[in-house]
Amino acid sequence: MRVITSDVLIIGAGLAGERTAIACAKEGLDTMILSLVPSRRSHSSAAQGGMQASLGNSVMGKGDNPTVHWLDTVKGSDWGCDQEVARIFADNAPIAMREMAHFGVPWNRVKGGKQQVFIKGKKATIEEDHATEGLITARAFGGTAKWRTCYTADGTGHTVLYTMDNMVLQLGIPVHDRMEALRLIHHDSRCIGAVVRSLRDGELRAYIAKATVIATGGYGRIYGESTNAVINEGSGSWLALQTGIVPLGNMEAVQVHPTGIVPTDILVTEGCRGDGGLLLDVDEYRFMPDYEPEKMELASRDVVSRRMKEHILKGKGVQSDYGEHLWLDLRHLGERHLTTKLREVYDICMYFIGVNPITELVPVRPTQHYSMGGIRVNKDGQAYNLKGLFALGEAACWDMHGFNRLGGNSLAETVVAGMIVGKQVAKYSKKAELNIEVTLAEETAHIERQKIDKLVNGTGKENVYQLRDEIGRLLTKYVHIFRTGEGLQTATAELKKIVARTGDVKVRTSAPGMNPELSIALRIEGMAKQAYVIAKGALDRTESRGAHFREDYPARNDANWLNRTLVRWPVAAEEPQFEYEPVGLLDLPPGDRGYGGGQMIAMEISIADYNRKVDSEQSVKGRLEPSEPTGAKLPKEAWRAELEGKE
Amino acid sequence: MGRTLTFKIFRYNPTLENDQAHIEAYRLEELPRLNLFSALNMIREQQAPDLMFDFVCRAGICGSCAMMINGRPTLACRTLTSDLPDTIELFPLPFFKLLGDLSVDTGVWFRAMGEHLESWIHTQKEFNPEAQEERMDNETAIKIYDSERCIECGCCIAGCATAQVYPDFIGAAGLNRIGRFLFDPRDERGDQEWFELVSTDEGIFGCIGMMACDDVCPKDLPLLEVFSYIRRKVTAMAVK
Ligand SMILES: Cc1cc2nc3c(=O)[nH]c(=O)nc-3n(C[C@H](O)[C@H](O)[C@H](O)COP(=O)(O)OP(=O)(O)OC[C@H]3O[C@@H](n4cnc5c(N)ncnc54)[C@H](O)[C@@H]3O)c2cc1C
Ligand code: SF4
Ligand code: SF4
Ligand code: FES
Repeated sequence: MRVITSDVLIIGAGLAGERTAIACAKEGLDTMILSLVPSRRSHSSAAQGGMQASLGNSVMGKGDNPTVHWLDTVKGSDWGCDQEVARIFADNAPIAMREMAHFGVPWNRVKGGKQQVFIKGKKATIEEDHATEGLITARAFGGTAKWRTCYTADGTGHTVLYTMDNMVLQLGIPVHDRMEALRLIHHDSRCIGAVVRSLRDGELRAYIAKATVIATGGYGRIYGESTNAVINEGSGSWLALQTGIVPLGNMEAVQVHPTGIVPTDILVTEGCRGDGGLLLDVDEYRFMPDYEPEKMELASRDVVSRRMKEHILKGKGVQSDYGEHLWLDLRHLGERHLTTKLREVYDICMYFIGVNPITELVPVRPTQHYSMGGIRVNKDGQAYNLKGLFALGEAACWDMHGFNRLGGNSLAETVVAGMIVGKQVAKYSKKAELNIEVTLAEETAHIERQKIDKLVNGTGKENVYQLRDEIGRLLTKYVHIFRTGEGLQTATAELKKIVARTGDVKVRTSAPGMNPELSIALRIEGMAKQAYVIAKGALDRTESRGAHFREDYPARNDANWLNRTLVRWPVAAEEPQFEYEPVGLLDLPPGDRGYGGGQMIAMEISIADYNRKVDSEQSVKGRLEPSEPTGAKLPKEAWRAELEGKE
Repeated sequence: MGRTLTFKIFRYNPTLENDQAHIEAYRLEELPRLNLFSALNMIREQQAPDLMFDFVCRAGICGSCAMMINGRPTLACRTLTSDLPDTIELFPLPFFKLLGDLSVDTGVWFRAMGEHLESWIHTQKEFNPEAQEERMDNETAIKIYDSERCIECGCCIAGCATAQVYPDFIGAAGLNRIGRFLFDPRDERGDQEWFELVSTDEGIFGCIGMMACDDVCPKDLPLLEVFSYIRRKVTAMAVK
């Protein structure tokens, strides 16, 4: 078996992986990136709307600062996030945007003078200060107090990824594309790389490094109906779950985006509503102000999706061959806006569903979109329990999003985390030794070889595509916007059976090379087991928080559930193990989000008592000691000046 | 509605000893709003489990799925069968290395092109995390973005006569990339450097200007405009 060594191995060539690679290569470390696809085709390129950073250059962002951004993020998370991590993020986001400008992103810029815009659905004129002309501008997004989302038209992910990848070229960092990491090579306490299968010719290789970084993006495709790229099948989080010792965090926290188009589930960006788009029902009536008088179409995603579904259940949906949907009205934005700032949206509507958004309504419905959960890491990005393993980006649960992430906060997270975690990876790699343990690598590869042999030559009877479809159907039916104990019981029972059936898959062709059926067959156990932990986590969490909404437990319960779900699946065990840890230090006390209108059950202990346990309880769960003490980056009550200043 | 479609698909697996390139036919009942992403997956899942092709975003954004569809290079994911006749011929893009069936290695070619053109901002300035960003007027940003929108799908290269006979030609995508950095005031490369890069047969002089590329580019990049800008620049540089 070929063994390829480097100082740092980065699995994933999206924004998170590439920014980490740049941080490491700049420190002189030998850095290697792997990707399922050419780096620029990674899913980051599909992000349209933008990234949040409190630059406050536009007049509509006046008075913005990291504290206001942090407040929006914590409220958005429904207090499920780690407030210190959210702070690290908000503080560094402006630097990240400026650095990306320095690297070459053509951010849209402030134009001085009067501009026609839409605010809360109404035409308005704003006047941009000539003093800020030429600085990075921003648009409105959901759940934010200010216009804070930096953008390049509606191709933000594309330009930022292309620019990042240009840096990767400049630094000469190799990207081995069409490679799939299948299994981590590790001992009980240290990770030394991964066994990887080439999607060009099927070869198995070992990549060995001092530090291994998982930046593999989200797991949305497990749902089947999803806005995600078809490669987002959770093969990265599976790498961690498979170890039996590294926990995943908050897997049940799955975001459903209000505007996937019908059919095809392709996303049209939140920027549509940010720029003034409206949601209409079967009577072409604008219903959101009735539910959310303050934020209207721009409440957080969990809330808007829930309100849409609620409205459909009231009989106000539009019937179609593809089920019920609502309308997104962009007509009033006009041709110029739609063919420049929302051009990708325009193209998607025209090409995929034959709808011209300049003159027609766009059919939309809430669709699976983002994975808040993922590989649980400490604030430096180190995975729990396994030295030498890091994770970041959508694949990780760092955890700045808690139970609902704000639009524009995810792309920004990938770049900020890449800066922060990248530094820690570099620091770790400089001190660590390279353990080229070929026997261990061979043993690890042997497990995969046996799996392949069984899939190709075994006596199994299951069809992998059928299992994949059943998993997707169950999650979409029972673990979506509205969840109930009964539905989740059914889902977990069915998924349990599917997990067992994945051991009985047989592929129909032994063709060498890429063999697409074999590739998915190698992923299906991971998909089924992750689906199971998503459903089981949702069943056990008897409260509603952010995107996790239980009809039978509609209140957010801070007395019992102000915590993070951790799940491990011990090797060869029948059942995964669930545990819970405190969300992190609380600085902003749990309160009302200002939208969504849910009930709350208050904490029973004091914040000081809660905070006292955070460190010890997290380290018992396997959290590695971070480089700085817990709380070092969380300024105490900085929010008071903002909230009290306002009142 | 109610059509039976016949897909004639190029098949060849280079990792298989003695495999012969050939065409295989598959039949599929047409569904409303069927696109080639769904159609090819249906064929793979039901009839040809070893069929190789590439999709990632399935939304016309990532550039993975370009192929020859009834002789024309374009994105498969956003091609609807209703716009095609009953018989649909699918071939891999020419020019690029064939990985198998409809899958070609555009990624490696585009990376090499980027390295060759040094597709990054050349600047002596260091990033200062404390400082405000440098200003740029919005019109300039939009102009850069118009060229930056290239998704590296390779359609323009597949449709280009020069590229087929002259494999070192950087193609429309390469010329467009040069335009993107020429427009960018942050890039400090001087006329001499640009001139050496562009005024060669691999560069602008290789282009015969029939604009097949412009015709097939699925992102409607302003290639015509970019090329004439480069030509004007090169002429001006030559005069100097
Ligand atoms: C349609 C859409 C629009 C969005 N728009 C926005 C937006 O406007 N603003 C915002 O903030 N967020 C947005 N998001 C979310 C955001 O784009 C993603 O969360 C973010 O890009 C994830 O980046 P990443 O680097 O973590 O992962 P990705 O960009 O998904 O990259 C993952 C990488 O890992 C590789 N990989 C995966 N598994 C393996 C494996 N087993 N072996 C080897 N390589 C592997 C892949 O090839 C890829 O290179 C959007 C998401 C979608 C779906
Ligand atoms: S104009 Fe013709 S020769 Fe020039 S790049 Fe386009 S297709 Fe090729
Ligand atoms: S210029 Fe157009 S056709 Fe050529 S690679 Fe770019 S997007 Fe594709
Ligand atoms: S799959 Fe991304 S462009 Fe077609």
